[in-house]
Amino acid sequence: MPTVLILGAGSDMAVAIARQFAAEKYDIQLAARNISSLQAQQQDLGIRYGIRATTHAFDALDFGSHAAFYDSLQPKPDITVCVFGYLGDQEQAQSNWQEAGRIIHTNYTGAVSILNIVANDYAARRQGAIIGISSVAGERGRQSNYLYGSAKAGFTAYLSGLRNRMFHHGVHVMSVQPGFVYTRMTEGLKLPPLLTAQPTDVATAVVKGVKARRNVLYVKWFWRYIMLIIKSIPEFIFKKLKL
Amino acid sequence: MQKRLANWGNYPVVSCEERSFSREDQLQEVLDTQPSLIARGNGRCYGDASLGAYSISTLKYDKVLGFDTGEGVFECQAGVTLDQILEIIVPKGWFLPVTPGTKFITVGGAVASDVHGKNHHVDGAFSSHITDMDVITSQGPVTCGPDQEADLFWATCGGMGLTGIITRVKFRLKKISTSYIRQRQIKARNLEEVIRLFEENKHYTYSVAWIDCLQKGDSFGRSILILGEHASPEELSAQQRTAPLQLPAKKKLTVPFNLPSFVLNTLTVKAFNWLYYAKNTKREINNVVSYEPFFYPLDAFLHWNRGYGKAGFVQYQFVLPLDQKDGLVAILQRISDKGWGSFLAVLKVFGHQDSLISFPMEGYTLALDFPVRKGLLSFLDELDALVLQYGGRIYLSKDARMKQEVFWQSYPHVQRFAAIVKHYNSNCQFRSLQSDRLLLTDTELAVNSPKLPADSLH
Repeated sequence: MPTVLILGAGSDMAVAIARQFAAEKYDIQLAARNISSLQAQQQDLGIRYGIRATTHAFDALDFGSHAAFYDSLQPKPDITVCVFGYLGDQEQAQSNWQEAGRIIHTNYTGAVSILNIVANDYAARRQGAIIGISSVAGERGRQSNYLYGSAKAGFTAYLSGLRNRMFHHGVHVMSVQPGFVYTRMTEGLKLPPLLTAQPTDVATAVVKGVKARRNVLYVKWFWRYIMLIIKSIPEFIFKKLKL
Repeated sequence: MQKRLANWGNYPVVSCEERSFSREDQLQEVLDTQPSLIARGNGRCYGDASLGAYSISTLKYDKVLGFDTGEGVFECQAGVTLDQILEIIVPKGWFLPVTPGTKFITVGGAVASDVHGKNHHVDGAFSSHITDMDVITSQGPVTCGPDQEADLFWATCGGMGLTGIITRVKFRLKKISTSYIRQRQIKARNLEEVIRLFEENKHYTYSVAWIDCLQKGDSFGRSILILGEHASPEELSAQQRTAPLQLPAKKKLTVPFNLPSFVLNTLTVKAFNWLYYAKNTKREINNVVSYEPFFYPLDAFLHWNRGYGKAGFVQYQFVLPLDQKDGLVAILQRISDKGWGSFLAVLKVFGHQDSLISFPMEGYTLALDFPVRKGLLSFLDELDALVLQYGGRIYLSKDARMKQEVFWQSYPHVQRFAAIVKHYNSNCQFRSLQSDRLLLTDTELAVNSPKLPADSLH
C-alpha cells in the first residue's frame, strides 16, 4: 500500500490530513517529537480506516538526527507532508533570540534539513511527492508576525526552488498556503468566517491537490487574490499600515 | 476572545469563551488555569446545560481507541460523534446500543445527558451499556463504571458535566445482521388508542409516536405509532441484500438561515401535522428502510432549528409515571388549548430505570417544541406545576428555563447527587448556566455533606 509520512503529526491540520489520506487507503507514518502523544491518533487511524499507522520520534530542531530518522523509516514514504510549524510570540521574539531562533529553526531550518534528505532519496529513486505547508504570512512581512512570516517566506522560496530541481527527477513538490484556519493555534484570535478554513478543508484540498499535481495551492481560492492585493500595496504606504 | 454561543434551541444566546483540546496535557493546562468551566460537545443539547462563562470543547478530542469487532465493544475519546461511530461499526455488523433522535452528538454528551432512544423500554438508557469511563474531576482523573467508583459513575451519567470532564468511554454495541429496519407504522385516531397500541406492541425493540397535539374532540392525540426491528437478511429486497450492511448515502439539505418566525404559526403547523398524518393513507404501513430515516429523520435537514427563527425555541420534554395517564391528558389538553404550536410532538413509553439523576423513569414521556415568544416562560412554569403535581420531571438536556425548586422537588435523588457533585467538583470548577440556575453549583446553597454513604446506589 502507498504510504504517507506526516512530519509534525499532532497538530489539528496534521490530524485532518492524516485522516484524509487514510480514507484514501494510504498507510500513515506519524512523526512528532513526543510519540506517546501520537498513540491515540495511531489507534484512531487504524480502526477508522483499516490501514496501518505507525509512530516515529522526530524533532524538527534536532537537525543531526534527521538522516537517522529517515533511514529508519520502513517502507520509505511515497508522499511526505511537512506540516510542523511554530507561530511563536512575535513581541517576545523581537528581543529574545531564543524565541526568534525557535521560530526560524522550526519553520525554516528544520524543514529544510529534513526535506533535503527526503528530496535526495526521491530524486535517486525518481519517484515521490513532497508537500510543504507554508503560510500566506510569508508573502509579505507585517509587523504583527514578521519573524514567523520571514521564516515561512524562506520555506516558500525553498519549496519553489525544490520544485524546480525535482521536476527534472520526476518528483512533484506542492506548496500549500492555507490562509486562516480554525486550529488550536488560532483559537484566541477573531477570524473572519468567510476567509477561514476548517482543518478538514485544508486536508481535502491537499489530497485533491497532490493528485492533480498542483504546484501552489491556496486552500480558499480568494486568498491568492487577497495576497496579490496586499503584495501590490506600495511600500511607502504599506510601512505606515498597522498590520 | 468572547464569542456568541447557543445550543440547539438557539435560546439562550450567551457571550462565552470557548477553547478546545486534543491531548490530555492541553486539557490539564486549561483545568489548571480556569477557575470555572463546562465541557461542551457538539452543542445539541437544547438549552443552557453546556453554556457558561468558559466552555471547553471536546470536539477535537475525537480519537477512536478500540473496537473489538468480535465482542462488539467500542472505546473512544469523548469528542467522537455518534455519526462517526456508525460509519465505523455498521459495516462490521454492529449498531449503537442506544441512540437519540440525532446522530450529531458526542459520546461525552451521550453520557452527560444519559440519552435514551426508541428502545428505552427494552434496552434502557446509554448508561446501561457503559463498561467503564474516565472522568477528570477536581480530585484528578478517575476511572469509573457500574462496578468501580460507582458513585461517580452514576452521578456522571445524566449529571450534565458537573462531576468533571468525561474524557474516555468504553461501551458495548448491539449486534446487527443488516443496516436496515423493518418498520411498521400504525395510525391512531386519538391518545387513548395510541397508548393502547404502545401496550400491545411493547415487544417491539423500537417504538415512538408522533402526536398531532393541536387536534380536539374525538381526534385529541391523533398520532402515528412507529415501530421497528433490525431487519434480518431474509427480510431485505433482492437489491438491499447485495450489501446488507451498507451505510446510507450521504445527502443533506440545510436551512441556510433563520426563517422569519411567522413561518411557523398555528396554521402552518396544523398543515404540516395534517400532511404528516395524511401521507399515511392506509391505517398501517409495513416496510424495510435504512436505519437513517428511521432513527434520524430530522438529521436530513441540517440546521432545522433555524426554522424557528432568530428568537429560538425551547424543547419541553417531561416524563410522567405510568399510572398518571390522566396527567398526560391534562398537560396535552393545556398545550392544545394554548395553540402555541409544536412542530414536533413525540410520545414514548419508557421502561423501568434505576438511576441517580438520569431523566428516564417508567412512564410516558412527551417532547414538544415551543418557539420563544412573550409569555412562553410563564406558560411553561404552569406546565411544570402540572408535571410536578403528577409526579413527573423535566429532561435537563432540553431545559433552558426550569426554576430550581421544580428541579429539586422532581428528581428524587437530587440530594445525594448534589453531595457527590460536591465531592468531585469541590470548588464548583465545573459549572454551567444551568447548574447555577438550578443551584447545583452555588457554593452557598450546595448541600454540606461531602461524606458519602457507603452503600452504592445500585
